[in-house]
Amino acid sequence: MKDTTQGYVAEDGRHIGGVMMEMKNITLRFGGVVAITDVSFDIREGEIRAIIGPNGAGKSSMLNVINGFYHPQEGEVWFRGKKRPSMPPYEIAEQGIARTFQNIALFKGMTTIENVMTGRQLMMKKNFLWQLLRLGPALDEEVKHRRRCEEIIDFLEIQAIRNTPVGSLPYGLQKRVELARALAMEPKLLLLDEPMAGMNVEEKEDMSRFILDVNDQYGTTIALIEHDMSVVMDLADRVVVLDYGKQLADGTPDEVQKNQAVIDAYLGVEH
Amino acid sequence: MFYREAGQFKTSYKQYMQAFPIREDRIGIAIWLAIALFYVPFFGLPGLEYTFAMNAIMIPVVIFTITAIGLNILVGFTGQISLGTGAFMGVGAYACYKLTTYFPDVNIIIIILASGFVSAAVGAMFGLPSLRIKGFYLVVATLAAQFFLEWCFIRVEWLYNYNPSGAIEVPQREVFGLIVTGAAAEPATRYLMVLGFLILLTIIAGNLVRGRVGRGWMMIRDMDIAAELIGVRPLRTKLSAFAVSSYYCGVSGALMVFVWLGAAEVESFDVNHSFLYLFMVIFGGLGSITGSYMGAAFIWTFPILMKEMGKRLFDIDPIIMENVSLVAIGALIVFILIKEPHGLARLWQLVKQKLRIWPFAH
Repeated sequence: MKDTTQGYVAEDGRHIGGVMMEMKNITLRFGGVVAITDVSFDIREGEIRAIIGPNGAGKSSMLNVINGFYHPQEGEVWFRGKKRPSMPPYEIAEQGIARTFQNIALFKGMTTIENVMTGRQLMMKKNFLWQLLRLGPALDEEVKHRRRCEEIIDFLEIQAIRNTPVGSLPYGLQKRVELARALAMEPKLLLLDEPMAGMNVEEKEDMSRFILDVNDQYGTTIALIEHDMSVVMDLADRVVVLDYGKQLADGTPDEVQKNQAVIDAYLGVEH
Repeated sequence: MFYREAGQFKTSYKQYMQAFPIREDRIGIAIWLAIALFYVPFFGLPGLEYTFAMNAIMIPVVIFTITAIGLNILVGFTGQISLGTGAFMGVGAYACYKLTTYFPDVNIIIIILASGFVSAAVGAMFGLPSLRIKGFYLVVATLAAQFFLEWCFIRVEWLYNYNPSGAIEVPQREVFGLIVTGAAAEPATRYLMVLGFLILLTIIAGNLVRGRVGRGWMMIRDMDIAAELIGVRPLRTKLSAFAVSSYYCGVSGALMVFVWLGAAEVESFDVNHSFLYLFMVIFGGLGSITGSYMGAAFIWTFPILMKEMGKRLFDIDPIIMENVSLVAIGALIVFILIKEPHGLARLWQLVKQKLRIWPFAH
């Protein structure tokens, strides 16, 4: 396995920095069910990190642990050199971790632009009194964030649906709006839970392009779960493989693909 | 032809984000405002006797619109349901009564605005269970608030200054030399006063729901888990919705007793009224301020107009007509909610959308 303690140079020549987030011996149980058993891996600055595994492997649970939605019974989460205590999800959002969901979790009653604006919620500081007047500083703030959101909308090429209620949008576009909302938070770490599930080839190509662009232009670190192996192998710098909550392998796509345990568990054993 | 966005170019986000980006909408609002401010106070409503039009229709409709906007903030924008509206209005009314007893020289407008804060505090307190419970269970919790507060209005004699009748009787108060409360107040003065409150509170509600605060409310309504992961604090957001909603209810309750009824007992704040306000909000359109106007106007005036029509056109006894209108309004609510669950506001929106592309279909 490649030594990655000091950062490394990715296959495409991008320089990947030091450790941003480290999961140390995470074990997560729901009553008697063990969802994750003793899993350890790290995510580095500027990296695209994939978590793969068959259904029920504990991938989404892992994302929920990173996200602070689940609190593991054992193990430690280290973020930017500090051990992270168990804290409510909104405080973790303040630290710069954003995510999208496997089953789209958009605000259905709101339009695309309103959904994207919700990502700026934490950055808007003007108090209630200014808000009810909607004058001066409050309006300036609203305009400033609106401009930034419109840039993200341009970036993801969803200008045409700006004022459409998201409930009436097709699936692929909803996924894109969700990405826009996460980007509006200007996250340090972006978690994508199956960003390409249920998409056709063209939509997958678009989404892959957006993910690479986000990583490239904003320097956002990305951790993603995906089932489409060709996409994962193309996008990811490093891949961690889970099966039944256990860690099978961790390494570059090439290394993982050659790993016998992964081939056996994930791609099936030859009889 | 008359309602087009074409040719109206926005050159800044400030223009784009205004409340009514389409010019024709702004003209429409200006016309409504002109009618409400310059026609109604002098001539009442066409075809109806002036005092009747003011006292039985216009003043209550304006007051109940404030209630409906307040309740809509809670139910329509934040997705928390409440059956305690009547009681929260009562809190505002009794608070106003006590405040004006202690500070008889303070301007009544300030007293009414202040009594809203008492109601907001009580509302936020009874909103605390919303952190743990949702849906029907929250309804039961707010229903408990309704009955508890009703009990207070009867048993805590201090609230009505130990008046043997158990009612609060509104003293006469003046604003800038004009009598605004009590029996001697002119209908036009009282109407303009409540209208002033409505305009102010509508602007504030419109500002709130379009900004950060309102988005927080709607995030909780649409998907509370995602909202929390994005950084919305559920406690603060839900309680702020309860507080703002109750503030509106409190102000409208104070206006109802002081400017409209002149005297009130606990019956004015009972659970039937809470249901009535909920009907206004649902029928008008959840999550729409325009809908609050429509819902309040419709639910309140429909039975009155039915009664008038029955008397004039068919010479039917008003008491029979009253029951007929109850049946009719029930049937209508069921019908509209099946056909258009988003209420009158959505119907209006659809009409406008059709108008924008008229005479073409798409």
